[in-house]
Amino acid sequence: MASPPPLPSSTSVLSSASSLADSLFQRSLDDLIKSLRSDPSSEPSIIARSLSEIRREIRSSDPLTKSIALQKLTYLSSLHFHSMSFAAFHTLELLPSPSPQTKRLAYLAASLSFHPSTTELLPLATHQLHKDLTSLSTSSSSSFPFLPSLPLHLLSLASSADLSSHLAPDLVPLLSRSSPLQPKAVAATYRVLSLCPSTVPVLFKPLVDCLSSDNPLTVSAAVGAFCELSAPPNDPAPYLPLAPEIYRVLVNSRSNWTLIKALKIFSRLVPLEPRLGTRIVEPLSKFLRESQAKSLVLECIKTVVSCLPTHTEAMRLAIDKIKELLSSDDDPNLRYLGLQTLGMLAPGHLWALEESREVVAQSLTDPDRSICHEALRVMMAMTLQENSIESCTLLVRQAAKSDPEFANEILDSVLTSCSKDFYELVVDFDWYVSLLGEMARIVHCTKGDEISRQLVDIGLRVRDARPELVRVARELLIDPSLLGNHFLYNVLSAAAWISGEYVEFSKDPMELVEALLQPRTSLLPTSARAVYIQSVLKVLTFSCNSHIDESSSLVNDTVIARMLSLIEMTVGPLAESEEAEVEDRVRNLLGVVRLVANIKDLSVDKDKDGMIYEVVRVMDALFSDEMGPVSANAQKKVSVPEDLDLKDNLADLSEFISDNDAAMSRSNPSILFYPQSCNASEEVEVGPTSVAESTSLKEHRKRHGLYYLSTDKETTEPELTEDYPRVNETLPPSNGDTTRRVKVTKLRPTVVKLDEGEDLATSSSLSTKVEAMKDDPLSGAIKDVLLGKNGNGASSSFDASSSSQGKGKDKVKGKEIKSKKGEEGESKDRHKGRRKHKHRKEPAPPVSVAQETPVIQDFLL
Amino acid sequence: MIRAVMVISTQGKPRLLKFYEFQPPEKQQEIVRYVYGALSERPENVSNFVDADSVFGQGTRLVYKHMATLYIVFAFDSSENELAMLDLIQVFVQTLDKCFKNVCELDVIFNFNKLHTILDEMILGGQVIETNSDQILKHVDDIARIEKSSSTTSLVPKSISARFGR
Repeated sequence: MASPPPLPSSTSVLSSASSLADSLFQRSLDDLIKSLRSDPSSEPSIIARSLSEIRREIRSSDPLTKSIALQKLTYLSSLHFHSMSFAAFHTLELLPSPSPQTKRLAYLAASLSFHPSTTELLPLATHQLHKDLTSLSTSSSSSFPFLPSLPLHLLSLASSADLSSHLAPDLVPLLSRSSPLQPKAVAATYRVLSLCPSTVPVLFKPLVDCLSSDNPLTVSAAVGAFCELSAPPNDPAPYLPLAPEIYRVLVNSRSNWTLIKALKIFSRLVPLEPRLGTRIVEPLSKFLRESQAKSLVLECIKTVVSCLPTHTEAMRLAIDKIKELLSSDDDPNLRYLGLQTLGMLAPGHLWALEESREVVAQSLTDPDRSICHEALRVMMAMTLQENSIESCTLLVRQAAKSDPEFANEILDSVLTSCSKDFYELVVDFDWYVSLLGEMARIVHCTKGDEISRQLVDIGLRVRDARPELVRVARELLIDPSLLGNHFLYNVLSAAAWISGEYVEFSKDPMELVEALLQPRTSLLPTSARAVYIQSVLKVLTFSCNSHIDESSSLVNDTVIARMLSLIEMTVGPLAESEEAEVEDRVRNLLGVVRLVANIKDLSVDKDKDGMIYEVVRVMDALFSDEMGPVSANAQKKVSVPEDLDLKDNLADLSEFISDNDAAMSRSNPSILFYPQSCNASEEVEVGPTSVAESTSLKEHRKRHGLYYLSTDKETTEPELTEDYPRVNETLPPSNGDTTRRVKVTKLRPTVVKLDEGEDLATSSSLSTKVEAMKDDPLSGAIKDVLLGKNGNGASSSFDASSSSQGKGKDKVKGKEIKSKKGEEGESKDRHKGRRKHKHRKEPAPPVSVAQETPVIQDFLL
Repeated sequence: MIRAVMVISTQGKPRLLKFYEFQPPEKQQEIVRYVYGALSERPENVSNFVDADSVFGQGTRLVYKHMATLYIVFAFDSSENELAMLDLIQVFVQTLDKCFKNVCELDVIFNFNKLHTILDEMILGGQVIETNSDQILKHVDDIARIEKSSSTTSLVPKSISARFGR
């Protein structure tokens, strides 16, 4: 869009006339703001009109008209979010303006709107920036001593790597001379360094020198720059050699700003070099004891807590200070920060958290959302196996009282932390399962998906929890009011599945069938409805079977008869349902109902019709096979048969696929319970094998019952391995938490874990991240400079530089630089070499750096 | 570093925006909307900190000050100290107060460029460079004086055109 402006020489009479009118009647920024304020309703039309005016005015040959147009455009762009990319060229045109005011406007426009990703014209600014940066040393424009600060702002906001590398040499004089501009140059240098690591040889040493400047503002800015450079995700290791400099600042500086930044740097260096801790602990303790500045005290607390946990004395001071923060009732900011720092004490100093438990619990009800957040975080941080019941019960109770958003945040963190590492926090699954039920019933709960996932997951993984699961599921199912809440559909569907799958623990199958078929189930979505009906089928087969076996006193002729008639009555109409999922299951169910309708007469004489018994048993066997969790990697473990050609074209199969097949494929259910489609496997795969072993099934079921009821663990142990061949259920004895578990009075039930190997994947990705960090070009370049080789490498680079200096001067920058020392010339030259991307291979840093930088070890001894 | 400085009216209108990491206009609008939403629902007399992870990335926070009809908001990351940022807002407000003699929203609205000049004397590229409001003010005044002295000689007074303002 950036069309060049009309050249004065070729301007037609007409356009110059219109440009004259433009400048005479041009509206100023104030006019624009006034008209926007006078009629807020027509803001869009006013802006549209102004923009079209601006588009015309900005092409004007009169610099004043142009600059006012740009000013208005900057305003509209900054506060009304209109793109000003079309004006990039005009902005560049105004940068060299002799009027300081216009220049400032142009720089402001550029720094607000330019960015290498969107401004193609950015390289065109190079020369002007260079001129303005060096204006103090080259010309008499010292009447405007602030001039170089304009390009510094632009450089730090809108620079590209190229621009940075071109202008880096211009920063050196600004960095080395004490002036009001020095801190600004330091701040800009940080941005240039992080944008373009190849400028390290030029800029790093002057930046380090700024740490010992006489100007406290410069020191502050320099410490700030190193604080940013060492901040994550950067690797702080290259800055270790600067520790003595930073330490000097820490001891000598009087500015809290500077001290805070210095502490931040140390908090990144100490983990790398623990001996530094013993050095800084003394000044830190002094600040903690004596400083009146809360900000500095806060920073000391953070530093001590995060990296000096072994220094008991300092730690005690810090914890005292945290408690002070927590108890400042009149200042919510301090309480907020108190909670934040308290959270940092976990997991090393849980006793300190425990001591403040009451304050934390109280903060959960604070009117301030930020404080509630922090309190929740602390609460979760101090939750262990021992106190999980207490903490989580408190949190869930709190969720019931909180506003919807925070309630769900609480539920979310309870669900997440309790399910972490295969429910590591949970000792008493009966409690946890009923807590899940309680959570689902909280009015604003939107976490139904996760709750249902965990209900099913616990069912699959923790045998001992199943009776309680069935009880919780029953409570959810018999409550008709829950059926209206669409957030709970998944929970209800999970509850229905659990009641069907583990029906043997149900106290009253008839009640269950009634609950599953209650009228309001019509509100459920198809997927949940299908699960409900399938569960009815399971309950029915179980009831019939136990009736035949006479194993249950709850089931008798009348119960079965009632059950059958209820099912027929309520499910019958659904046989014509348009939903394939529902229709399919209803037909299955009705088929079984009609089949067993005869049993009630036959119960007395079992031999009369062996067929029906056989069918009932087979049906029951279908559902009695136990389902375990499926490993996320299960599919990978299945070896592909040799004769399977996955690339084979299947198109010619289409003629074989009849309508029947299509109907069958339809039964592939969309109700996917975690993990992977239990229903599908139950019907398709488990079925046939179970039928084959149906003779031993009764016995099998009995053994099951024994297992669940029994309290003697000896008999169950071998069972466990038999029934769960895929489970690595025995935890290695060296596992860290076994010691913790010993204290727990109630024995934690076995939790089936399959995917523990996945940890490997995450840890390896972590290590690659670390590798990547080490490869960071900036830290690499700084390492080269700070720790780099000295001696002959440096001297040879001296030679190279002196010979290539002439070449350098031919380039754009070369002639303007007044390099006072050879060293500067050398670094500039080296930098030019680096621009050709040879940077990593260049051998050595300037000799002076290697000499002046003290080696860390000296400092530590 | 400081990620952004925002002055937003209690009506949700941005009055001053400076992002120290480039944000395209649409994203800026989104951020302002989010920040305003987060701040306007906060009651009085609560802490001045709000998490900003969802707009400025992991570990970032907002610190704000509610003054009459304005929210003054700084967004910062883990390299800044929370209480120091709160002090910095105070410095900014003090400077505005001294500059405009009891600053009000109108001053902020009509002094777009001056506000940027003040801010630029305080923060450069997200780094704090000056925390003394008197010094900041002195620099700003110096700049204004120099600009005035050079502009009187060359410019047609723009007030004439202002009179034709439609």
